[in-house]
Amino acid sequence: MSILHTVNKSPFERNSLESCLKFASAGSAVLLIEDGVYAALAGSSAESLVKSGLDKVSVYVLGPDLKARGFREDRLIDGIQVVDYAGFVDLATEHDKLQAWL
Amino acid sequence: MPIVVDGKTFETDEEGYLSNINDWVPGVAGVMAKEDDLELTEEHWDIINFLREYYEEYQIAPAVRVLTKAVGKKLGKDKGNSKYLYGLFPYGPAKQACRYAGLPKPTGCV
Amino acid sequence: MSEVVKKFMYLNRKAPYGTIYAWESLEVVLIGAAFDQEVSLMFVDDGVYQLVKGQDTAGIGMKNFSPTYRTLGDYEVRYIYVDADSLAARGLTQDDLVAIAYEDMDTEEEIENIVEVVDAARVVELMDEADVVFSF
Repeated sequence: MSILHTVNKSPFERNSLESCLKFASAGSAVLLIEDGVYAALAGSSAESLVKSGLDKVSVYVLGPDLKARGFREDRLIDGIQVVDYAGFVDLATEHDKLQAWL
Repeated sequence: MPIVVDGKTFETDEEGYLSNINDWVPGVAGVMAKEDDLELTEEHWDIINFLREYYEEYQIAPAVRVLTKAVGKKLGKDKGNSKYLYGLFPYGPAKQACRYAGLPKPTGCV
Repeated sequence: MSEVVKKFMYLNRKAPYGTIYAWESLEVVLIGAAFDQEVSLMFVDDGVYQLVKGQDTAGIGMKNFSPTYRTLGDYEVRYIYVDADSLAARGLTQDDLVAIAYEDMDTEEEIENIVEVVDAARVVELMDEADVVFSF
């Protein structure tokens, strides 16, 4: 059973991402959206958390949300993939379930 | 109440400001001014264009104090005072000129 | 009667767009600017993201209010502080932030950028000095 997890909270304000990564099974996908995209940026105190997650799951970030907040792809942690809205839909259909971490 | 410019209808809010700033065409100002019995001169247009540029840059309709100061800086001290601006726009330079320019009502205006 | 000038501090702790706090704060600052008080803005925690330059919201269908911060100087906001630790924890530096200019009405003295990164001890001092702190 493959699951697409979405995280829409900043890792500095809530532990949504931390819990998501803790409970997501190996091989599932995590998509960072809205304020969740801040976790995708390199050089922050959340980087080690995200990097350890990358050993277990695929991590994606929603491009329009990243751009809205003033960041380009060159600021991302290596290994994180950018998707647009169509990519979001693709991810949703490729996985059996969608689970939101609010 | 919607206004009609060259046969095209533009939606406005209850106070007469354009619902969508991107709809604006210069004719909007003309029609609005006519309803106020005001004839638009080059001096009016200087202010209307200034407001559009200001909005483009800062995404905000300036309060009247800020407008006055900014006009003085851009168009000269003789124009950057309330006497001059109220002379052009008797209903209030920020409110009235913003409406003609298709901008929302200035933040902080009641 | 002498005017009592109070020190108002707006404390911003939320990222833009995800919640309404950032925009609400900015609106209150712009409206409150008419009251001739000494106004400062303090950005800590995720609030520092509000000042990140290059924001482009076309793709998410929300108003980009980031350019509006650059007009705060025109609204006589004289002091804008950013907590250094919050910035560092997010992998950001002052180069990532917008510059906000200020011109003194009386002296015509112009300051290119009033955004100031301050350490925690200074944040403590500034909060103590404020007469009122508005939290967002």
